[in-house]
Amino acid sequence: MAKVVSSRKSCSVNPLKMSQPIGGALAFMGIANAMPVLHGSQGCTAFGLVLFVRHFREAIPLQTTAMNEVSTILGGMENIEEALLNIHARAKPELIGLCTTGLTETRGEDIMGELKLIRSRHPELQELPIVFVETPDYKDSFQDGWANTVARIVCELVDKPRFPIPGQVNLLAGSHLTAADIEEIVDTIEAFGLKAVVLPDLSGSLDGHIPQDFSPTTIGGTKVREIRSMGGSLATIAIGRQMEKAAIELESRSGVSYTVFDRLTGLEENDRFLMHLSGLSGQPVPEKLRRRRSQLVDAMLDSHFHFGGKKIAIAAEPDLLWAIGALFAEMGAKISVAVTTTRSPLLERMPCEEVLIGDLEDLETRAGDSDLILTHSHGRQASRRLGIPLMRIGLPTFDRLGASHALNVGYRGSMKLIFQAANLLLEREDEDCKKPWGNGAAAAQIV
Amino acid sequence: MALLNVKVQEVFDEPGCEKNRSKSEKERKKGCSKQLVPGAAAGGCAFDGAKIALQPIADVAHIVHGPIACEGNSWDNRGAKSSGPELYRTGFTTDISENDVIYGGEKKLFRAIREAIEKYHPQAVFVYQTCVPALIGDEIEMVCKSASEKFGKPVIPINAPGFVGSKNLGNKLAGEALLEHVIGTREPEFTTPYDINIIGEYNLAGELWQVKPLLDRLGIRILACLSGDGRYNDIASSHRARAAMMVCSKAMINVARKMEERYGIPFFEGSFYGISDTSDALRNIARLLVERGAPEELLARTESLIAEEEARAWEKLRVYRPRLAGKKVLLFTGGVKSWSIVSALQEVGLTIVGTSVKKSTDEDKERVKALLGEEAHMFDELPPREMYRMLKESRADIMLSGGRSQFVALKAKMPWLDINQERHHAYAAYVGMVALVEEIDKSLHNPIWEQVRKAAPWEDN
Ligand code: SF4
Repeated sequence: MAKVVSSRKSCSVNPLKMSQPIGGALAFMGIANAMPVLHGSQGCTAFGLVLFVRHFREAIPLQTTAMNEVSTILGGMENIEEALLNIHARAKPELIGLCTTGLTETRGEDIMGELKLIRSRHPELQELPIVFVETPDYKDSFQDGWANTVARIVCELVDKPRFPIPGQVNLLAGSHLTAADIEEIVDTIEAFGLKAVVLPDLSGSLDGHIPQDFSPTTIGGTKVREIRSMGGSLATIAIGRQMEKAAIELESRSGVSYTVFDRLTGLEENDRFLMHLSGLSGQPVPEKLRRRRSQLVDAMLDSHFHFGGKKIAIAAEPDLLWAIGALFAEMGAKISVAVTTTRSPLLERMPCEEVLIGDLEDLETRAGDSDLILTHSHGRQASRRLGIPLMRIGLPTFDRLGASHALNVGYRGSMKLIFQAANLLLEREDEDCKKPWGNGAAAAQIV
Repeated sequence: MALLNVKVQEVFDEPGCEKNRSKSEKERKKGCSKQLVPGAAAGGCAFDGAKIALQPIADVAHIVHGPIACEGNSWDNRGAKSSGPELYRTGFTTDISENDVIYGGEKKLFRAIREAIEKYHPQAVFVYQTCVPALIGDEIEMVCKSASEKFGKPVIPINAPGFVGSKNLGNKLAGEALLEHVIGTREPEFTTPYDINIIGEYNLAGELWQVKPLLDRLGIRILACLSGDGRYNDIASSHRARAAMMVCSKAMINVARKMEERYGIPFFEGSFYGISDTSDALRNIARLLVERGAPEELLARTESLIAEEEARAWEKLRVYRPRLAGKKVLLFTGGVKSWSIVSALQEVGLTIVGTSVKKSTDEDKERVKALLGEEAHMFDELPPREMYRMLKESRADIMLSGGRSQFVALKAKMPWLDINQERHHAYAAYVGMVALVEEIDKSLHNPIWEQVRKAAPWEDN
């Protein structure tokens, strides 16, 4: 049980947090043929774009309503209208996602009402789904922006069920899941003879593949048609506590009951997940997965030597913090520092004394005697200054390749996480042996 | 706010800018930024531009006053290098919350400045204004003034909130802030007749360090660089330089011109990209210094250095000629006036089949035509879809451009090289030009291309 504390600083130093609108925009990027738009000044979009390009190493569809000082003061409806028309004409998306920013939220506008008017003025927009989300920068964080957006997508697009679709389950994917994670979960679901509709599906759009032709919109992801069908599914599975909001929304619209899996790391959590799938499908757990379980057990046995008593400092958004922190605590490590960005019911449950809602300066000042740091690429400066290895997790990972293909869920993902961390800890032990005050010297004295 | 508008107008009305002088009075008032099209705009905001221009000052704490978006989404993402302090790479922001939006963020900003000073002991603090606090009326000038008095340190307001305009405008507003609050506030420990300022060079990927050895050999001292590998004190005492070079487009022309006006520092506009441009730049530096009283023998020494360096560079480039001759290049430099890159590329046998002239003046366009011949395409705007098609149809063998179009090329399975801001390689001066050609060669001749272009054996065609 952890105490949750908010930083009292006036100056956030080396931010861990990113803003809501780009979290929202990324969620829209998990939908096929979509174009996300930030309703704000062009700079917000440019920063979001650069951030995602550096992380995914992919072209990023992201537009702006290009507000300036005057249009902000007068109200941005004309800009929204013009943006929608331009995007419709040029990029021909199947969905436009509109996220507000701090700037336009400060002024405050009735965008929902205006959207209706805009549609009525322009018949060509009549059929085009336009999902609008309030995502002020000065509130909450990236993860919240993602979660709020998915809930809004469900609310706008999921139809009342006309008939049940046998064997279809909804998979609501949290912002902390990579393309590889989503693929792994879908494979697992399919191994039980079920079919998953993933929302949002970054494994279709930002997994790094070569499309047939050039497209200005997303090059894959959940189809609008599939989203509409989610009301007919057998059940909803939400991965990450952040997705509960969308799951509730889905249930209240269509009656599809949901189960939240706070994490898919570690042995027991994945056992539970498989039992759940087995229950839904009426199928036994396939042999292939039993084998993987046994591989994870073996990995835990081989690796636990290196985790016991090790101090691990983690900074990540709540769902990722929980997924990784809980796993390593189960391996015998001590979570020496836990820093996060926003509130979540998971924080109190963290296996450490305190969880701080703060920044990477907080991490750096507390992590001095830790053995391993886990956070996104911005932790590289702290890691170097402290001389403690950094294992990069989450977004942005801009100074390493293959972020989309990092696998952190399921038996296999857990095994990879464990090996990756254990190897870094091992390397450090090796280096310590060389130092005169390390174990090597102690051993030499005994001889 | 009203004050800022006046500043923006003034900056737009830049007499030092050739392009501006050719416009009518009314056109000039509109400024050089085109009206942005909602839903079809790309590019950074004024705050982004201001940050790009000043963040390279390495011993300053750069505090961004605003919600998390402005700094949280973008910090430590620029390639400016420092030979000393790392403080400039620390992200500071007030991360204002809903409460601050309602009650105002000035107090928080003041406390943030205190925290940064107490914890990090910077030479100075720069405070960047952003959209939300500008909209609610936070007066950063006032906060900076009282913080400066209270803590006995320069605390400089950089008033370029994103929504006032483009990156380019932000560059200029940043320059204005330096002119108003920093330049001329300190004195250098000593001066020499060989002191120069370099304005508008950000030391991306360490490019300044490709230039500096040349200047060192000539005994020329960079008194201050604005702002690559910059130090607060150097910039504060930069008004004692004898001459200045203004690098890179028109980004900081206001600074160069006003320093000439105020302190009599003559400047020229030059570039360190390409062999002949580098030579010209060195010549101009030497000439201005001699005009300002440096011993004349500097000119001869400069010429002999140029001769030696050019010979060495051409010698190195010659090796590539047989490997590169006839290859077709698409060059999208985003308007950086680096036409001497073109001549070096041509020298090794590359053909430029297309280039962008989006930000170029008519005069520039004529120059391009003269250089490339009539066949080369000049694109005002080349939509990504078109770019993709060109590459896909192999109308070019390699594209040199900024990061934005990287994936257009790579997805078309075409070699691509980053020549804009986020690049990892330094391409300045003589060694830089050789490095660029070397990179082109590596990229073109990488063995992957043949494999990745082949269809899988189970696919038709
Ligand atoms: S446009 Fe305004 S709010 Fe957006 S990043 Fe630039 S300064 Fe910040």
